[in-house]
Amino acid sequence: MNNADYKKYTTDRAKRSSCLLNSVKAFFVGGFICCIGQALFNLYLWWGADENTARTLVSVTLIFAAGLLTGIGVFDKIGKFSGAGTLVPITGFANAIAAPAIENKTEGKINGVCSKMFVMAGPVIVFGTLSSAIYGLVYYIVTKVL
Amino acid sequence: MLEYVRVFLVGGLICVLAQILIDKTAMTGARILVSYVVLGVILSGIGVYQRVVDFGGAGATVPIVGFGHALAEGTKKAVDETGLLGALTGGLTGTAAGITAAVVFAFLWSLMFKSRQK
Repeated sequence: MNNADYKKYTTDRAKRSSCLLNSVKAFFVGGFICCIGQALFNLYLWWGADENTARTLVSVTLIFAAGLLTGIGVFDKIGKFSGAGTLVPITGFANAIAAPAIENKTEGKINGVCSKMFVMAGPVIVFGTLSSAIYGLVYYIVTKVL
Repeated sequence: MLEYVRVFLVGGLICVLAQILIDKTAMTGARILVSYVVLGVILSGIGVYQRVVDFGGAGATVPIVGFGHALAEGTKKAVDETGLLGALTGGLTGTAAGITAAVVFAFLWSLMFKSRQK
């Protein structure tokens, strides 16, 4: 094995192990956040909410918590560790709105907070509503026209 | 207890898939979120995602794919009730609480906290 081969070997190994390690972290943090969600869901059911209300309340609670953690600077640290583990749950969506809002407050309410809020969430909402509208049209044609 | 194992597995696996996409294809976080929401609408529309929700509970609804599922469910309900107009009203009705909470709280946090320089 010459130097070039060895270098290739080490970089390959480094990449693979870091992807594996990142995946393990994402799995545990993501799974844990979902379990908190399930615990909250059961709590709200126990308090007498119906399933849909409980599910909505879980989202609202996690969004509240993720935004608060973003504000005190903790979310960023957890996010660096867990990668997709905090990005993919609804916490990532809340962070994507709260972080730029806080970050750009020096630019003022209108041009800073309110417009920068949607830098990352905008595309999510646009593609989400767009695909739901297309789905609605298809669903209408399939169930009511055909 | 078994319920939480299922939640953990489903939620964890959805996150792992995103992590692999980030590491192997250099997709950014924003692209992951957009793809997952659209994927959620499609999977929900063809009737697959409801089964994932039945199995994995919050493991399926807490990830952003569940946001797409909520968009599709809202649309379906609205189309059933009001016809074609539902295609325009249903999606945001189904996700109104989430979007409004995210915006209202973010505004509140921006009043309370200062930005941190990295």
